[in-house]
Amino acid sequence: MTGVNTLRPAERLKIPRQQAIERPPEERCRTFQEVSLGFDEERALVEASRCLECKDAACVKGCPVNVDIRGFIELLLARDHLGAINRIREANALPAVCGRVCPQETQCELMCVLGKKYTPIAIGKLERFAADYEIRHGLLLPPPRAQPGGEQVAIVGSGPSGLACAADLARLGYRVTIFEALHAPGGVLRYGIPEFRLPREVLDLEIQRIEALGVEIVTNVVVGKTATIDELFEEWRFAAVYLATGAGTPHFMGIPGENLVGVYSANEFLTRVNLMQAHRFPDFDTPIKVGRTVAVIGGGNTAVDAVRTARRLGAQQAYLIYRRSRDEMPARREEILHAEEEGVRFILLTTPIRILGGPDNRVCGIECQRIALGEPDMTGRRTPMPIPGSEFILPVQTVIEAIGARVNPIIQTTTPGLESDARGTVVTDETKRTSRPGVFAGGDLARGGATVILAMRDGRVAAASIDEYLRARRQAAHPVGAAAGNVG
Amino acid sequence: MESRFPILAKTMLAPTIARVIVGAPLVARKARAGNFIIVRVTEAGERIPLTIVDADPAGGTITLIVQAVGKTTKLLCALQQGDVLRDVVGPLGNPTPIVGCGIVACVGGGVGTAELYPIARALHQAGTIVHAIIGARTRELVILEREMAACSTSLAVTTDDGSYGRRGVVTDALGDLLAGTPEVGAVYAIGPLVMMKAVVDLVRPLGLATYVSLNAIMVDGTGMCGGCRVTVNGQMKFACVDGPEFDGTAVDFDELIVRNRSYADLERIGDQRLTCELASAGTETR
Repeated sequence: MTGVNTLRPAERLKIPRQQAIERPPEERCRTFQEVSLGFDEERALVEASRCLECKDAACVKGCPVNVDIRGFIELLLARDHLGAINRIREANALPAVCGRVCPQETQCELMCVLGKKYTPIAIGKLERFAADYEIRHGLLLPPPRAQPGGEQVAIVGSGPSGLACAADLARLGYRVTIFEALHAPGGVLRYGIPEFRLPREVLDLEIQRIEALGVEIVTNVVVGKTATIDELFEEWRFAAVYLATGAGTPHFMGIPGENLVGVYSANEFLTRVNLMQAHRFPDFDTPIKVGRTVAVIGGGNTAVDAVRTARRLGAQQAYLIYRRSRDEMPARREEILHAEEEGVRFILLTTPIRILGGPDNRVCGIECQRIALGEPDMTGRRTPMPIPGSEFILPVQTVIEAIGARVNPIIQTTTPGLESDARGTVVTDETKRTSRPGVFAGGDLARGGATVILAMRDGRVAAASIDEYLRARRQAAHPVGAAAGNVG
Repeated sequence: MESRFPILAKTMLAPTIARVIVGAPLVARKARAGNFIIVRVTEAGERIPLTIVDADPAGGTITLIVQAVGKTTKLLCALQQGDVLRDVVGPLGNPTPIVGCGIVACVGGGVGTAELYPIARALHQAGTIVHAIIGARTRELVILEREMAACSTSLAVTTDDGSYGRRGVVTDALGDLLAGTPEVGAVYAIGPLVMMKAVVDLVRPLGLATYVSLNAIMVDGTGMCGGCRVTVNGQMKFACVDGPEFDGTAVDFDELIVRNRSYADLERIGDQRLTCELASAGTETR
């Protein structure tokens, strides 16, 4: 019992869950400024005081990287905000990102005992408060740099998984180089997640902090093309490689009309805006086109990001077409609510069957069919079944497909001996080892499309495995007490 | 993290076509005929694909040939030795399979000749007999004539206006070549989409293999955006990772022609703005 919280448990239960400050929908749906402004200190302290300080904190187990949630909330209550953020950073290298984009409602907050009868602690918002406090007060000091003396490790991909792995390895003293194919680091955090959910300054600061650990990020290198994995070992002298290239290749539905002008993959649509700043055309050179009416297909975070982006680019009417019901949408709850507030119309239990084009080969509509949900499938979700005769046409000028992505095959096809499954997903064991010695893989590349935090957990597991692998190699090269001449 | 790529030399091959030698050591050592790079000229610039015309692994340089047609290519052509490109990434795309036997026709149209040249040269070096045809609108836009002649058994030049070589288009010369040299076993054609389509239409009845290189609109160049999707044999392919070279007889050119005009109106806006900027910069210095 530390006793920072002077309220009795019964009193704590009476305090309602604090609401984050948000930009009003009518103001925000035309700008790319961040929607949620998080907690101010007052709200953060009230929210933190709701914590029941469970002995066996279930929330920590609900966090994929096991952030000491109970501990950091207690530090917040004691007004040691810097202590709180440092506690978070022990487990999470990107707290300002995760506080904003993690699906807390299915992880830590789902496990919070308060949620059983009341509403769970707003853990994500508190994490964000601690991270933003550090940024706002200019306290984001370069962390102590580990003495670099270890082997060189290459990380392929500068998304959340690669960054998390890099941070851990650098702290262990390895010399880490991250190779990024695009011209700016961050992976999906840069090209996928819009600025109104994750401002670029926040992302840049988090990445700078990882660089301050001694991590080198080299952009404009497509591993597999610019240099192969074999070359990284043989010519670049890396001792181990972590592959974290994500799942970046978009799926298309395979319905007629997908190559009409005005059909985008969500990847392309979001990349044009987030990475290339197409919304600032012609100050930036990359163009984008959004019709008066836009349909986005899909129910995940990418779909919701795309439809909200389309609104901000001027779409008068923005539809989100999803084949299951609202409850089954994989997107984060908060984003679904925000999309509704911003005037997005959800067309649920519906699937597109054809995209219609005019004589100019531009999109002029989308034909859809209503869906009934049948028996639960292997994933436990009910199987969508089209209802014959329920077809209808929506007039739209832009269609954005956000139905998922598969892994990019460049590395698998250029790395002999690297085992992958039929979908191209790299096969690993639970320690993230691949079929190639010294090559590790994680994140979406090895698990298929998932979340930022699961990718980060893979990065951390891989970092521990790489450390173990390199220690064993060192041991083998210089066995203690081994006879001279027996080395190697 | 700063990754800038210096321009080490620049020459104008025509009033609107520049040959630029860029320091890009990592790209240079891996480049093969048929590969391309993605270039971003400035921090606010777009990413555009450009074919690697030549590479010097020892010197760490690649050669690009660029025609000033839009904002980005105009910016690129206006750069001088000592300037830098903001980003260069590659080599991307599948290299052209080079088979060293038989007789082939290599047909280049406009600045497409620059993309054809490394392939023609690689085929020639591998022992293939190359008959080359290069075409342009007018005399001053004919490029790489000497280089193409050096790697081919015969070279025909056509101009639309007859100001140089044969008056007409490359398919006129190709028709004659195929009639006179029935041993030609394959055709490589690179140029404007309408030209490649015309070549394919001419060659299709003869049943010859016809290879074309597709320059579709793309953002990343690594298979991530899907913007460069083309229909080949009725299937969706990405030009960046499945190509850029395809069997021309299977390509839906009409669809790609429309897709490549997706942003024509916005591209004009960007282009006009550049013209204004250059003009006002000109008056300020005066």
